[in-house]
Amino acid sequence: MEITASQIIFYILSAIIVGCSIMSVVSRKILRAATYLLFVLIATAGFYVLLNYHFLAAIQISVYVGGILVLFVFSIFLTSQVGEKMPQVKLSRRIAGLIVSLGGAALTLFVLLTQNYPYAAKVSESEIDMYAIGQSLMGTERFQYLLPFEAISVLLLACIITGILVARKK
Amino acid sequence: MFDFKVVTSWIDDLLRVQAGIPEFWTLAIEFVLVGVAILAAYAVLALVLIYVERKVCAFFQCRIGPNRVGKWGWLQTVADMIKILLKEIIHINKSDKFLFLVAPFFVIMGSILAFAAIPFGKGLHAIDFNIGIFYLLAVSSLGIIGILLAGWSSNNKYTLIGAMRSGAQLVSYELSAALALLTVVALSGSMQLSVIVEKQATVWNVFHGFAAIPACIAFVIYLIAGHAETNRGPFDLPEAESELTAGYHTEYSGITFGFYYLAEYMNMFIVAAIATTVFLGGWMPLHIPGWEAFNHVMDYIPSVVWFFGKAAMCVFFALWVRWTFPRLRIDQLLKFEWKILMPISLVNLLLMAFCIILF
Repeated sequence: MEITASQIIFYILSAIIVGCSIMSVVSRKILRAATYLLFVLIATAGFYVLLNYHFLAAIQISVYVGGILVLFVFSIFLTSQVGEKMPQVKLSRRIAGLIVSLGGAALTLFVLLTQNYPYAAKVSESEIDMYAIGQSLMGTERFQYLLPFEAISVLLLACIITGILVARKK
Repeated sequence: MFDFKVVTSWIDDLLRVQAGIPEFWTLAIEFVLVGVAILAAYAVLALVLIYVERKVCAFFQCRIGPNRVGKWGWLQTVADMIKILLKEIIHINKSDKFLFLVAPFFVIMGSILAFAAIPFGKGLHAIDFNIGIFYLLAVSSLGIIGILLAGWSSNNKYTLIGAMRSGAQLVSYELSAALALLTVVALSGSMQLSVIVEKQATVWNVFHGFAAIPACIAFVIYLIAGHAETNRGPFDLPEAESELTAGYHTEYSGITFGFYYLAEYMNMFIVAAIATTVFLGGWMPLHIPGWEAFNHVMDYIPSVVWFFGKAAMCVFFALWVRWTFPRLRIDQLLKFEWKILMPISLVNLLLMAFCIILF
């Protein structure tokens, strides 16, 4: 079988994701766990670039790396004793966690492998135009998403107002 | 005007046709060449900028500045670079060594990734994403996490305070910077940097009829917010030397400190370069509608000279501001962003929308 360059990149990225995911769960220092999670998120952005979907890659970087992970690190700084190792988890719990995660992986693999994908052949080879994405986000026609977009913005506004209310109890 | 595509397609042709190298290896060789060129340009520009900063700062303070190494001291930064490369990286006792060593790489990677996507001249553009501006905003947010990790893993209270301040500052000022850039995206109708530059062929965005008013406001907002994002004073309180020794990079030495130093200067250049590309017409020469002879003469100046000339003006402006204003307090800094800059940029975006619809 001929191995192409994109396959090599795919395997490298997958190895990074699998390795760092396991490290992020196993690590007992909470800030290190956050850093491993960061590597996983960046490698996922790499997949999107590999698929020529640059918009989603940039979203992934700016939302997860620039937003959510910064928030994680901030809250870790503010709440916990960062430097100390977390206590060892009990053996019974570790075994239970292992069984649940293996079961989840088995279920996901089963669904992935038995499903057939009618749209798989339609994945576009070229880069998706930013203009088309903007039109479908803001349009009201069929397969356009203005209503969900607005619903999410109302939800986020409610979150912001609640946040302010919680922060200013006085 | 000279098109750099001639050079790049000549190299491509040389590898592909003349030497007969297969597709895969041609691409691999070209990637390496582009990477080396970008890294070399990055390092050389940083050295030049550090020299310029020291010289300009000296003139503002009525000093002479570096003047011993080479004529007018122009070799000073090269000597500094050699010194910093030879220095030992000192490990901090009882600190998280892995995070301590990984943090500078985030900062420098974010900066290099943004640098690589800037159009420096006609045809001199390494990668032209469809999402251009959005890509620049996304990769520049990589630096925040590097600064936060650096501050914590140094195991020092000054660095931690510096990192927290820096995080709050970068996250807040990113909003204004993004909104200011969005104003121009609305005007150009595209996020692709090459398209934004092409659209300014007849007239730059800051002189663009009625749309010039919101464009100029956005330009000023972007310069302020971008200046704050580079952690340079009057917004330099993450590394305020009189209170926090050096902020988040206090404990770094050798090349790991060098990374922060390079990234700081290059971020200043990147902000100037983005401002140039988006507001001042990028590498496009100055054209005045109707003045045919004048426009023709301007076309003879190479595009790279135009680009670096405009960027140098923005950089000089940043230096001027840095050495003129006193440092802000953290509450003043956040109040300035959330209560003044953000509302203005939101209203400005609306104003731009009106300008586009009406005129």
